Amino acid sequence: MASKFINITLKVWRQKSAGTKGNLETYKLDKVSTDSSFLEMLDQLNEQLIQAKKEPVAFDHDCREGICGSCSLYINGRAHGPQKHTTTCQLHMRSFKDGDTIYIEPWRSKAFPIIKDLVVDRSAFDRIQQSGGFVSVNTSGNTMDANAIPIPKADADSAFEAAACIGCGACVASCKNSSAMLFVGAKVSQYSLLPQGQVESKDRVQNMVRQMDEEGFGNCTNTGACEIECPKGISLENIARMNREFLKSNLSSEK
Amino acid sequence: MSSLDSKIPNGPIEKKWTDHKNHMKLVAPNNRPKIDVIVIGTGLAGASTAASLGEMGYNVKSFCFQDSPRRAHSIAAQGGINASKNYQNDGDSTYRLFYDTIKGGDYRSREANVYRLAEVSTNIIDQCVAQGVPFAREYGGLLDNRSFGGVQVRRTFYAAGQTGQQLLLGAYSALSRQIGLGRVKMYNRHEMMDVVKVDGKARGIIARNLVTGEIERHSAHAVVIASGGYGNVYFLSTNAMGSNVSAAWKIHKRGAHFANPCYVQIHPTCIPVHGTNQSKLTLMSESLRNSGRIWVPKKKEDAVAIREGKMQPTDIAEENRDYYLERRYPAFGNLVPRDVASRAAKERCDEGYGIEANNTNEGVYLDFASEIRSKGKQVAYAKGDHDPSDEKIIKLGKEWIEEKYGNLFQMYQQITDQNPYETPMKIYPAVHYTMGGVWVDYNLQSTIPGCFVAGEANFSDHGANRLGASALMQGLADGYFVLPYTIANYLANDIRTGSIPTDTKEFDEAEAEVKSSIDNLLAVQGSKSVDSFHKKLGLIMWNKVGMSRSEAGLKDAISELRTLREDFYKDVFIPGTANEMNAELEKALRVADLLELGQLMALDSLNRDESCGGHFREEYQDKEGETLRDDENFKYVAAWEYKDRDAKNSVLHKEELVYESIKIAERNYK
Ligand SMILES: Cc1cc2nc3c(=O)[nH]c(=O)nc-3n(C[C@H](O)[C@H](O)[C@H](O)COP(=O)(O)OP(=O)(O)OC[C@H]3O[C@@H](n4cnc5c(N)ncnc54)[C@H](O)[C@@H]3O)c2cc1C
Ligand code: SF4
Ligand code: FES
Repeated sequence: MASKFINITLKVWRQKSAGTKGNLETYKLDKVSTDSSFLEMLDQLNEQLIQAKKEPVAFDHDCREGICGSCSLYINGRAHGPQKHTTTCQLHMRSFKDGDTIYIEPWRSKAFPIIKDLVVDRSAFDRIQQSGGFVSVNTSGNTMDANAIPIPKADADSAFEAAACIGCGACVASCKNSSAMLFVGAKVSQYSLLPQGQVESKDRVQNMVRQMDEEGFGNCTNTGACEIECPKGISLENIARMNREFLKSNLSSEK
Repeated sequence: MSSLDSKIPNGPIEKKWTDHKNHMKLVAPNNRPKIDVIVIGTGLAGASTAASLGEMGYNVKSFCFQDSPRRAHSIAAQGGINASKNYQNDGDSTYRLFYDTIKGGDYRSREANVYRLAEVSTNIIDQCVAQGVPFAREYGGLLDNRSFGGVQVRRTFYAAGQTGQQLLLGAYSALSRQIGLGRVKMYNRHEMMDVVKVDGKARGIIARNLVTGEIERHSAHAVVIASGGYGNVYFLSTNAMGSNVSAAWKIHKRGAHFANPCYVQIHPTCIPVHGTNQSKLTLMSESLRNSGRIWVPKKKEDAVAIREGKMQPTDIAEENRDYYLERRYPAFGNLVPRDVASRAAKERCDEGYGIEANNTNEGVYLDFASEIRSKGKQVAYAKGDHDPSDEKIIKLGKEWIEEKYGNLFQMYQQITDQNPYETPMKIYPAVHYTMGGVWVDYNLQSTIPGCFVAGEANFSDHGANRLGASALMQGLADGYFVLPYTIANYLANDIRTGSIPTDTKEFDEAEAEVKSSIDNLLAVQGSKSVDSFHKKLGLIMWNKVGMSRSEAGLKDAISELRTLREDFYKDVFIPGTANEMNAELEKALRVADLLELGQLMALDSLNRDESCGGHFREEYQDKEGETLRDDENFKYVAAWEYKDRDAKNSVLHKEELVYESIKIAERNYK
């Protein structure tokens, strides 16, 4: 991998704090290695700003391996940038050309208020999870043996695929309605595919959907942008599965 | 003369934990809501502790610096978690897991703790499955297992290459349930800045709200530190960017001894360094060594040609490849423990056989071609095709690999722009895990009463080298199955104490100290960024306190680190103020602690005149480059007491290690 260097122009959303007005600032950045990740490029910008005694750009990040879900960013109008199935931290500068201008903005959604620059508050996701995203089993040394209930491999694999969601919020950010259906659908699906999740399945889907609505996420109109932009390839099937679970729970709770 | 009491219960090793549990004090359910516990960290150790204590009915306050507890560094663990279930019928047992861990740790860990770990390992898997953790399964619907280094059984449970993610989301779901029920109060984006002691006991913390910069006081009857490891002292490591030592270091400064800081694990299979702007290194899970074979060219001229891009690895004939692990360690082959595999890679590269075209030529191959063929054939046979074409074999083999390791292969390709299904991966050792940490007794209590330490932050179970898939096991063992008992035993004396007030002089003083340390750093207004200091620190540590250490190098490191620290306080530049979200300030506060820790690591390495596990002193090796341990003089835990900023004044306390159940022996993987 022969590394090259490129010169780029950045248009970055700067906003001092939640209550203040923000705007796009322009920065020139030279000698960016194409082997750098997108966040390493931002590190380089920040180093340049610090050298000039200016305030660096705030952005969320931690693992830089595409798994913690901390990083976000709207890059040239796309959540996590141009590469399919790739988080911003795994996006590399070889996806850009010398002379490019790159627009960098935060997630935009009423349910994800901006805290500073590119940092937003995604705690609404946590609250949805707290409303029902669990199996109510206490810690004990005496739960049943892990192999007591065989689970068909196909179900276990599908549950795993749903559980691979990293909670980044790209689905919400890329949806014109700011819907959180893909995120919630993935969690509901994981449990609905496993025997352990059956007992509480009705309450779970009801509670999680109620919380989702309370947080101000919009409705799903099946545009499918979320699936395209999801870095972990969470599929729309999960939304369909949740809808089925929801209908089922309505029917049975009316009895 | 040691001041350390490890509180190991009497009796035969297989009865110690049960007997101890039977005799510990309990707190009755109606008294638990009157008791507050603070838990720092929401990784496997912290989330499992907070969830379990919440379920029991205590009032829990849980803290993490990320925007959500689900993002703790444990989320990144890839390969798997060990448990001695013996589902594969290959002779596994509690004793064997115990034995492998002690031997893997090069006979530098505490027998009683390790036995308990092995004992509760099977409960962990039961608990996780009950929570809905989707582990990998076989076609019959039962759980699948794989092998990790340093063992000869298959005891590792996994979920593709995302085991940590699935386990953490399991613990996070248990934690979320308690938050929803109001038994745990969660403080996201909060950083613990100090512990507050009242009458010698840990009774609270000072925390900084990372959104507003506000300094807050929180009191409790006990404090649990589960803040993870300190690998980021090397700047480049496989740890998440935010991982740091500060919570552990702050309690160290207040009286908790810090044990075996020199024991650092350098993981053999990581993507090699590529440039100076690089911010972290990426692990390629050890599980890949189940399927990959590690090699370098036999001829130096071939290695040179590869580095110059004139030759491809696939051009090198089988007989011209040196599968050096299989050659040196036939019994364990590519699955020797991490420290052994890492040193062997360094040895080949030092000799000039490295294949990576970076500044140091450091890189070796991890090759999946043989496995693709053999698995492809197996799958074809299983499908009834007993005469598969070459093409079909390769296609099926690649699909098999994708199912097992798909996300790792994808990650490799994203980072390096090379396709590991077609060409071998390039890998090299990188800093990964820290076995050292806060000294704790059998109850996981530090030398500060009421201050408990769990997970990677403590020193307790892995000796001088950790076996793969054992950190996840330890984190969950501590949080689900150990602390809920041992903390109760401590808290039983606090049922009449009442809530701890925060308007006392102890809290006043601690808060004032925190504020002045922040103000002092902001006031420097020097010329260099925090990262520039962190990178310098990392370079000194990697070159002199890294994979291979010498007396002269360590002495240099100690003085260079002193100069660097002095420079930091004179010349660091932190933009912005204390009363807002300020990432540079957060980093500066963490680097300040890492600078002190680095020096203690060098001092501890210098003190330990032997080679064991991850600690390799050039002076102590045999003719074949294997480690020379000195059991007569160094069979002890080195626990350091803090005196002041310069580690040279730290005081050493020794905990002698006693082996009653295992005969201490040479560690041989040949
Ligand atoms: C890439 C990678 C892969 C790995 N793979 C495996 C594997 O396959 N199997 C295995 O067994 N082990 C593996 N490990 C090791 C294992 O993941 C870790 O040792 C383990 O997850 C540590 O868990 P923990 O709970 O102790 O700490 P962490 O998960 O590191 O959590 C630390 C927590 O403390 C919080 N915190 C820290 N400081 C403060 C503060 N001052 N104030 C407030 N909060 C604070 C953080 O916010 C975080 O929530 C891997 C490690 C890495 C780096
Ligand atoms: S569903 Fe996809 S886009 Fe949405 S939070 Fe999960 S990983 Fe992110
Ligand atoms: S930083 Fe963790 S997913 Fe990007």
